[in-house]
Amino acid sequence: MSGLIDPLLIVVLALNLFALGNSRIQSTIRIVAAQGIVLGVTTLLMHESLSLPVILSAAAAIAIKGLLIPAIMIRSLREAGIKREVEPLIGFLPSIVIGAVASGAVLLASRALGAKGAAALVIPASISTVLVGFLILISRYKAISQVLGYLVLENGIYIFGMLLVEAVPLVVEMGMLLDLFVGVFVISIITNHINQAFSSTDTRRLVALKE
Amino acid sequence: MALAATIVLPLLLGLLAAALPSNRARPTLLPVAAACHLAATLSAVFSWPFKSGGEGGLALSWLGLDAPGKLVLLLVSVLFFCCSLYCVGYLRYRLERSNRVFVACLLGFLSAASLAAWSRHLGLTWVAIEATTLSTAPLIYFNRSKRSIEATWKYLLVCSVGIALALLGTFFLAYSAIAAGLPVSLMNDDLARAAAGLSRPWLRAAFVLILVGYGTKMGLAPMHTWKPDAYGEAPGVVGAIFAGGVTSCAFLAFLRVDRVCACAGEGAWSSRLLLVMGLFSMAIAALFMIAQRDFKRMLAYGSVEHAGILAAALGFGGGALGLGSGALYGGMLQLVAGGLAKGLLFLSAGNIHRAYASKSTDEARGAMRRLPLSGALFVAGFLATTGSPPFGPFIGLFSILSSAVAGGRGLAAALFGLLLLAVFAGMGRTALAVAQGRPPTEAAASSYRDGFLTTAPALILLALVLLLGLWIPVPLESLMRDAASFMQAAP
Repeated sequence: MSGLIDPLLIVVLALNLFALGNSRIQSTIRIVAAQGIVLGVTTLLMHESLSLPVILSAAAAIAIKGLLIPAIMIRSLREAGIKREVEPLIGFLPSIVIGAVASGAVLLASRALGAKGAAALVIPASISTVLVGFLILISRYKAISQVLGYLVLENGIYIFGMLLVEAVPLVVEMGMLLDLFVGVFVISIITNHINQAFSSTDTRRLVALKE
Repeated sequence: MALAATIVLPLLLGLLAAALPSNRARPTLLPVAAACHLAATLSAVFSWPFKSGGEGGLALSWLGLDAPGKLVLLLVSVLFFCCSLYCVGYLRYRLERSNRVFVACLLGFLSAASLAAWSRHLGLTWVAIEATTLSTAPLIYFNRSKRSIEATWKYLLVCSVGIALALLGTFFLAYSAIAAGLPVSLMNDDLARAAAGLSRPWLRAAFVLILVGYGTKMGLAPMHTWKPDAYGEAPGVVGAIFAGGVTSCAFLAFLRVDRVCACAGEGAWSSRLLLVMGLFSMAIAALFMIAQRDFKRMLAYGSVEHAGILAAALGFGGGALGLGSGALYGGMLQLVAGGLAKGLLFLSAGNIHRAYASKSTDEARGAMRRLPLSGALFVAGFLATTGSPPFGPFIGLFSILSSAVAGGRGLAAALFGLLLLAVFAGMGRTALAVAQGRPPTEAAASSYRDGFLTTAPALILLALVLLLGLWIPVPLESLMRDAASFMQAAP
């Protein structure tokens, strides 16, 4: 089954670029959700034999990253009444190019460092996803888009975690997913309040506090 | 037993608080939880007043107290106890606003902070630290103003991303064993034992990511940007919880990774990094304190300085093994005494803020006349936190400095001393402007007076900070020595 892992990771990388180039926030939420589901499936395939903890953790990842969090975000998107990310700091096409170049560079660098075995594609996929998450986080102004950047960043870290199944017990993994879920839940509430108080989810309006 | 009372009980009481309908009765759950927590902590840390039956008797290998964990658990417990009494008094003035989320989140924080102290697994520690971030975010938002939304948003986003990097660093640390062909584990002790064989590039990358990640939570510059906003907009008691509790938990998580680095023989490298970060944070704090008119933001920069001192103490203490135990001991004392002094400062500052309805020194003047007790406590807190004798931080800072000089790091030690002086001057200007002078007429007429519940907790903290400066109880002293030597050797 491990023959499927590399293609799935390529799908994850492609979804990164889709997320970078999309201006409609709702489709970006769907893209990030799809990425979460692909990652859950990849977790299943990483193991030689399917045991209950493995199935549980993959199911939890799919449920939280692929269903619950997107549902919360789409709800807060509706309440905010916005559709698009307008005028990001870095345009959509340039950010795709930057994302693609960065992913390629990470891949080449990891070849040069001699990553081997199961890690050959996992590590570069993880690092490039983290970088893409950062790119979204710093180049978008809408609060919801920034949360999406954070989610992509978390997905990147999750990919790295696939290498460490023995080191991370199920309880800890569940704790991590729970933290992520509660985090997005709290952030969404705050986003709604930002929208009510400032009549916008544009974070450029949050400038009252400074020296 | 102690495990359940420190982690599970606050969580259950937090749920109860969320379910309780009475706004007036709800805050009384806080001292109940805090008193149980304090009793359980004393019995787990000192086997007093009850003999503790081992470490809970639970066969959970990833929960147990190491020496720094004991120290932080004790600090959080004492600080939370004082803050819980204060909260009962404070929330009485704020009955117009529902305190359901506030009380539940405070209890959630207590549970998460205890879990961070008990955890022996770096992944679990991360879960606990992230839980402290999430449970404290709604506390900043208590006032429901535009400014507090902005502060909460910045706190959540900056800290979530920072903490995510710490998780990546934790994974890198685990992978450094795989890359070297060793069995993989994230248990503190396993890592420290296997440290010498870990893959160096991965270990160093892990250390940097974790320094940035937990450094964000501690408020080390340049990742401190959320701190002045959050401390400025949150109620004073929340500032006390942040500066004394959240900072200490993040420091604890970081300290356990630094120990792995020291055991791997990378101490000289990591301590240089820590020293630079620590001194830079102190410099930024000193810079932004000068001419700071908002006294709560001034206290936030004081907390950045506190984080910087802790990082610098680790930096002075690392390097050549065995030499730096004085600096590490000083760091541990600074962790406890400084954390309690921060509590004292923020609680009294909260009272002053309440009486003047302003946190700018333009309006808030003459606190010694307007609120003699809170004003005096504020000045005492300022003196204690900047390291004046006879308070506890003086001994801690002195021990760090003298050990740094003895270790041959004269230049860094001189800079450290100079920055302490600059912070003293900057903080003193604002603090004395608040304390002295004549209060403006509208503030003198406002109805707020010092009450028992809002001043007694600060008095307790003052007594403890003073005690730590004059005479450190023997069990605590040996606990701090244990914590210092914990940093220098694998089990």
